[in-house]
Amino acid sequence: MTRALRIIASNPLSLVGLILVLMIVLAATFAPWIAPFPTHNSAVIDFAFANSAPSSRNWMGTDLVGRDIFSRILYAFRISLVLGVVVLIIATPIGTIVGLLAGYLGGWTEAVLMRIVDVFLSIPPLVLAIAVLGVLEPTLTNAMIAVTVMWWPWYARLVYSIARSEREEGYVLAAEVIGASTTHITLREILPNCLPAIITKMTLDMGFVIIIASSLSFLGLGVQPPTPDLGSMVAEGARYLPDSWWMTVFPGLAILLAVFGFNLLGDGLREVLGAEE
Amino acid sequence: MSSVLRILLRRLGISVIVLIGVSMLIFAIARVIPGDPARIALGPNASAEQVANLRAEMHLDESIFAQYGYFVSDVLRGDLGQSLYTNRPVTTDIVQFLPATLELVIFAGILMVGLGLPLGILAARHRGRWPDHVIRVLTLLTVSAPSFVWAVILMLLFAFYLPLFPVAGRLGDSFDIATVTGFLTIDTLIAGNFSAFLDALSHLVLPSVALSLSGIGQAARLTRANMIETYDKPYIEMAQAFGFFPSRIAKRYAFKPSMIPSLTIIGLDFAAMLGNAFLVEAVFAWPGLSRYGVAVILRKDLNAIMGTVLIIALTFLVVNILVDLLIAFLNPRIRHSTRASS
Repeated sequence: MTRALRIIASNPLSLVGLILVLMIVLAATFAPWIAPFPTHNSAVIDFAFANSAPSSRNWMGTDLVGRDIFSRILYAFRISLVLGVVVLIIATPIGTIVGLLAGYLGGWTEAVLMRIVDVFLSIPPLVLAIAVLGVLEPTLTNAMIAVTVMWWPWYARLVYSIARSEREEGYVLAAEVIGASTTHITLREILPNCLPAIITKMTLDMGFVIIIASSLSFLGLGVQPPTPDLGSMVAEGARYLPDSWWMTVFPGLAILLAVFGFNLLGDGLREVLGAEE
Repeated sequence: MSSVLRILLRRLGISVIVLIGVSMLIFAIARVIPGDPARIALGPNASAEQVANLRAEMHLDESIFAQYGYFVSDVLRGDLGQSLYTNRPVTTDIVQFLPATLELVIFAGILMVGLGLPLGILAARHRGRWPDHVIRVLTLLTVSAPSFVWAVILMLLFAFYLPLFPVAGRLGDSFDIATVTGFLTIDTLIAGNFSAFLDALSHLVLPSVALSLSGIGQAARLTRANMIETYDKPYIEMAQAFGFFPSRIAKRYAFKPSMIPSLTIIGLDFAAMLGNAFLVEAVFAWPGLSRYGVAVILRKDLNAIMGTVLIIALTFLVVNILVDLLIAFLNPRIRHSTRASS
């Protein structure tokens, strides 16, 4: 752990990533205490300050009904992070188990499972999530379901490719010879060798889940108003370009900053853990 | 039988299986919908009798397997049903809206390959020096924002502050071009109207750049990684020892072998742009399939949703088959082998 921290700290870009991620996590956690206007995460109206440009009172300006954009961005980070964590916590184990079984058992299990994975991968990710949300009601929970449905196959494919190459390794054969069960071999022998790749992918994917989730809410298919979400804030402000530029530019930059942080950190972790892309 | 042909046949076989799976998946998604599809189609004011009639017409009272059978046989006859949103057959809608999206995605794909590969090669040739670092940060930035954020930023900078490009749409109102292919860059040339062609092209610039930015970053990162792996191979070291020019080594010996693994991913990225087109079309009011898709989803127009997803999945599969063929053609070990080896 200390070694990992030292390697990350020695690479300036990864260090920037780590700091960005920590800042965003802290900002999201303590949003009610940091936000200058902690009540602006709901349907508050303050027409006296509606549609005003960035100033010393509202650092990033206000929206059409006078809510502070900076405060809303802090609250929106909460939604993005929770959504990312929940999706990855559900999608990763599903994908990992499918990948392990297909990779280790081979034969019919492999053929059937991997064709199912192919089916999911042959619909562009965003389109699949949109289709799922198209038939469900657009809520935060359903957005999580939609993103999870499109996410697990990527882990299945990653773990599958590692498990398939590990299948022939000496340590797996040795375990088979002494009569270890499939559960033991997949979970205790092969899985530990997949972990570096899985952890790296999860860090990078936090960024991508934030991108997909904000894309869904940009289309009006995610978190519903008045709850602030970065994607819907951009969509709302886009109608008032170019005059009220702050309504789109700041939430857009917030997405960029958060995803950039996770990408830099993931890139650094890849080097520490020696995982392949 | 040549092996390129054999690969094509095998790919087609797998694609058919995948397509059957996709049809099941789409059918399943459409059946998850809460409530009665017939009631949703007719609205809250329809009588119980009308709903019952439509249920019979949509085969909703039969078993789920029979329903799937009707769905497949309709699709095979090119009948995707009626759209509740436009009141036209879904196939008519798709024929109208798909070309605009394809034109956008193809231009974005050209940008992705045309800019991503050279940037990756440049970074690999200067590995560890400043061009490499600059390209690394730039490519990480481009993949760190969804395409709608790039679309908004590009629109603000190059349509409003510096009015170089049009803000929205595909073609200025003053032009009247007959639809032949649906691709405006081709139709304007067929009509022999060169100023309309330039206008269509200038409408394409901002949306296709916004759509391709993250793909450019991905392609550049991938190309760099694969080129660096190739540069460590003994035959490159030998070429260097012989004193060949670095540009000749890059072009003649390092580029092609490192392209083969990149192509698969580039094919996937190209397909992902079909989905991201949803976002860019929304910003630039681009009259394509994605805008249609969002409209029908918000109205819970089942036939249109299923048709749109199906056609996108089909396009995706075709692109992937083409990419696989290209790889088979580029790889002399596959191109020249005539006997089965796999």
